[in-house]
Amino acid sequence: MSLTLKIAVTHLLSRRRQTLMSLLGVMLGVAFFMAVSSLMRGSEQDFISRLIDSEPHITISDEFRNPPEQPAAREYPGAAVAISNVKPKTDVRGIRGYKQKMDWIARLPGVRVAPVLSGQIILTYAGKDEGVLMNGVVPEMMTGVSDIEDKIVAGSLEELSANPNGIIIGRALAKKLNLKMGDNLTVSSPVGLIRTMKIVGLFETGVSAVDEGQAYVLLKRAQTLLNRPDRANLLVIQLDDPYAARAVAARIEKRIGYRSKSWQEASENLMSVLLVRNIIMYSVVSAILVVASFGIYNIISTVVMEKRRDIAILKSMGFTARDIRRVFLWEGTIIGALGSLSGVSVGLLLMAVLNSLSFEPPGFTGAINLPIYWGLDQVLMACAFATASAMGAAYFPARKAGMVHPVDILRGQA
Amino acid sequence: MTEVLRAERVTRVLPGEVPVTLVRDASLSVSRGEFVSIMGPSGSGKSSLLYLLGLLDMPTSGRIWLDGEEVSALDDRRIARIRLEKLGFVFQFHFLLAEFSVLDNVMLPMAKLGRLNEAERRERAARLLDDLGLGDHIRKRPDQLSGGQRQRVAIARALANDPLIILADEPTGNLDSVASANVRDILSALVHEGNKTVLAVTHDPDFARAGDRQIHIIDGRVETDEVNGG
Repeated sequence: MSLTLKIAVTHLLSRRRQTLMSLLGVMLGVAFFMAVSSLMRGSEQDFISRLIDSEPHITISDEFRNPPEQPAAREYPGAAVAISNVKPKTDVRGIRGYKQKMDWIARLPGVRVAPVLSGQIILTYAGKDEGVLMNGVVPEMMTGVSDIEDKIVAGSLEELSANPNGIIIGRALAKKLNLKMGDNLTVSSPVGLIRTMKIVGLFETGVSAVDEGQAYVLLKRAQTLLNRPDRANLLVIQLDDPYAARAVAARIEKRIGYRSKSWQEASENLMSVLLVRNIIMYSVVSAILVVASFGIYNIISTVVMEKRRDIAILKSMGFTARDIRRVFLWEGTIIGALGSLSGVSVGLLLMAVLNSLSFEPPGFTGAINLPIYWGLDQVLMACAFATASAMGAAYFPARKAGMVHPVDILRGQA
Repeated sequence: MTEVLRAERVTRVLPGEVPVTLVRDASLSVSRGEFVSIMGPSGSGKSSLLYLLGLLDMPTSGRIWLDGEEVSALDDRRIARIRLEKLGFVFQFHFLLAEFSVLDNVMLPMAKLGRLNEAERRERAARLLDDLGLGDHIRKRPDQLSGGQRQRVAIARALANDPLIILADEPTGNLDSVASANVRDILSALVHEGNKTVLAVTHDPDFARAGDRQIHIIDGRVETDEVNGG
């Protein structure tokens, strides 16, 4: 053991109570840091996974990020071209050649894709009209890219394949229109077609806008109803690695031209909220450690004041200012390191307690546990921050101790 | 005889609104194996002179040589090293580290110097303490000892690194007459049997008479410098 370390340990041991109190400060700081951080990070992960699960990872829609360039502007590059009365060509809306595009996308590694044709229709039953968004899907492809199948509470998605006139609606909508499984209802499309369809399934997502406002039919049926043969207006994609969505989306968009929106892009505002939340959380928990470091500053300043005689004698003996500084820096480091270690154990305990708490939020079926993030990074961050602030707190008294002049003390004594 | 310490026209002025001259133009030379007492009234600057000669303080002007090396121009680190290797201090208020045992206190300068290993340090410290009649007290804390015993621990500590010169600032100033005589005899024996050099500031005429030479300081000046019995 180095000499300065030995002196530091002796100092700390001779003031057990104060040492213990400052250790306690660091310990609680680290423990709270870990508990709050794990809770916030856990809930963030929980939130993101819900976000990822409930939406396709990438949605390709039949629109372009930028309007198409006019031929006149292309003809005269750099010139100021003004074109008035441009009237877009009437076209069948949708993704052109979606099958070929899907083939290309499906060959990308870790990517599953399914076509959707969605459009507004009106459901009529017993004189009541309800406008809903109809999604035309291919059931066997949809299972790979969406969790809609898990949300179906009666019937199944496959029933659509068996019965081309089948429709799956939300349970809330069914209740509203007083419909049940097997009932027939009338569907009117914007192009004027009217069909009678049979309810083959009911779903419930828990989001009322979806449960009351969406319906699933067979893709082919949707193409007929909307008069868009062989078209899809959405390609929904699920990835093995959801966090690759941004890169994959950019790659797809570059290749096929249609707007490809990753889940990150779709929820950019939420992600920035999470970032702000993290910044707030870390400033608050860091504040606890900063407060703890004031305690350390206090005890080491007191020790330096009390040990001025010792410092004088050590210096007269031949200890340098650096040796003296090191003694008190050691004291801060020891408190920081031991406080961190005990803080980690208490922090893990707190996290386990938080994790075991379960409660039933309103509108949810079944109890849920608090989401806790168990990552090592936050532990390291708490320890590093605690030790650094303890050393920082020790630095100023240590520097002062190093500057003590033995003659000043000797004169004061004599 | 070899000269171990020399001061030439050393002056120390304490800066401030009204500068105070502590030591004025002091010149002296100390040879190896001498026991020199520095005497003078309170506030005469004798302790300040000792601090300058012990490299605890730096002169405002003038030069100091220790063991043939000019030390008044060295940096703090180098001076700390010289104090560690060549000088030993004994103060009036025995300045021992309260949390350390008597043995640890004596071992501290050796540990800092790092020439001996742990076992050798322990052995040497125990021997030094034993020589000074403290063999039974090495495990005790300083506050369990009497004033005279503590002062002997301080002497043992001053001797830890086998210094060239021992500088003592009123070593008997706080002791009763028996303990004073004891400390005086120890220092005298160090000089006459151990071939050490002792430079001691004192008020005590008996102490001064035990030495070889007396230097009188008045108002920061070396007033007289005479060999005892001469």
